[in-house]
Amino acid sequence: MSDETIEPSSVAAAPGEDHAGHVHVVPPWLLLAVFAALLVLTFVTVAITHFDFGRTVNVWVALGIAVAKATLVALFFMHLKWDSPFNGLVCVTAMFFVALFIGITLLDSKETAVNFQPPPVPAARPAE
Amino acid sequence: MSDLVSKQQAAVTLAGDPFSPTRDPHHGHPPHLAHHFETPEQQYSSAKVGMWVFLATELLMFGGLFCAYSVYRHNHPEVFEFAHHYLDRSLGAINTIVLITSSLTMAWGVRCAQLGQRRGLVLCLVLTLIGGAGFMTIKTIEYHHKYVEHVWFGAGNRYSKHYQGPSINEGPFGGHQSESALRMTEGERQEAAADKEMMAPTTQPTESFGPAFVDPNAGTPDESKIKPTQVIPAGLSTRVRPEVGEEVRYEDLPQFEKDRVSTFFNIYFLMTGLHGIHVLVGMGLITWILVRGARGAFGPLYYTPVDLVGLYWHLVDLIWIFLFPLLYLIH
Repeated sequence: MSDETIEPSSVAAAPGEDHAGHVHVVPPWLLLAVFAALLVLTFVTVAITHFDFGRTVNVWVALGIAVAKATLVALFFMHLKWDSPFNGLVCVTAMFFVALFIGITLLDSKETAVNFQPPPVPAARPAE
Repeated sequence: MSDLVSKQQAAVTLAGDPFSPTRDPHHGHPPHLAHHFETPEQQYSSAKVGMWVFLATELLMFGGLFCAYSVYRHNHPEVFEFAHHYLDRSLGAINTIVLITSSLTMAWGVRCAQLGQRRGLVLCLVLTLIGGAGFMTIKTIEYHHKYVEHVWFGAGNRYSKHYQGPSINEGPFGGHQSESALRMTEGERQEAAADKEMMAPTTQPTESFGPAFVDPNAGTPDESKIKPTQVIPAGLSTRVRPEVGEEVRYEDLPQFEKDRVSTFFNIYFLMTGLHGIHVLVGMGLITWILVRGARGAFGPLYYTPVDLVGLYWHLVDLIWIFLFPLLYLIH
């Protein structure tokens, strides 16, 4: 939190206007560091497909890297790290419900459709 | 003198009339502060909460598509392993880098707006726009290849039952992603036709292998309405399980998986298409704040639009971060 923060006095704020006091300016080195981390993770996620950990593990590894990248973007590029926690709550809630939606649907899919095959063609009805 | 007094009185009267066109529209507060907010700070945080709620609905909308993707991939992993070979992962990786870079310039643009650096803001926004345009250009190249190779969506997909295009042995197939293994030869087409023949209404599944299905709830109200069509021996799967490292080939897929290959492309086009529309919308919004920013509308006291458009742009980046490995990087 000791990053550059514009002091209200430096921007000649109008009386009662404390908006400027809440400006959090992300320092350039942090932006570049996040960018570099995102590039490295992109490289890793491509490179990792050359290793076979099995079908399931590969998906989870790819998803884990994607979640790490998304966290970096949300925390630093989208300012969630310095924002009101309520904004983060909104974001996390949306993610939670998406996960719930997909998870429960997959559970059901697992129960009913593992060996799903197209139904056999019904027997020809006797002519009436 | 009396003239001046009457003018002042007139001004007071006008200022009190909210419908007067000549009154001071801001009556003392900064021009960017709407009347129904106490302070710019309150206005700013309200706008930001509103934007985040909107982004939450965006996540939920894409969540529906990710759900369709998950169910389909879970049930038909080998279809994905076969069909994703039509996607060029180099172009996908380049697009990822392009989008991440444009996110960086957007975040930098917000920083410039906060610091009141007008030229820096304009430069950053122009770079972001170039990034978005580059992304859409590469996406168009990818879509074009798929159109030309008849792996388009709907009836334009050669794997679709409703395929309307020319025979897949004809037509302008370029060098892109055109390994012969990916294409059916005439013999394979006949084979596929024969497979369909097998499933024609005249044939009945005469015997199922394995024990007959026993419904534990038979005779009760809980008796299952949907009987399994086939009971397979425990430990066996009807799915193709290729050896590790072996590519899934179209010929190896059972017929009911072959029929589903075109669904992969429908999901691909729906997800990347909706994402592409978001990129276009984002580019429009960036153009809007670019014009305003060039006129000096933003500074340390007021940069809310830049911030909110930035949030939208980062969300588009964030969704692509998930789309890229899920669609292009299937092992």
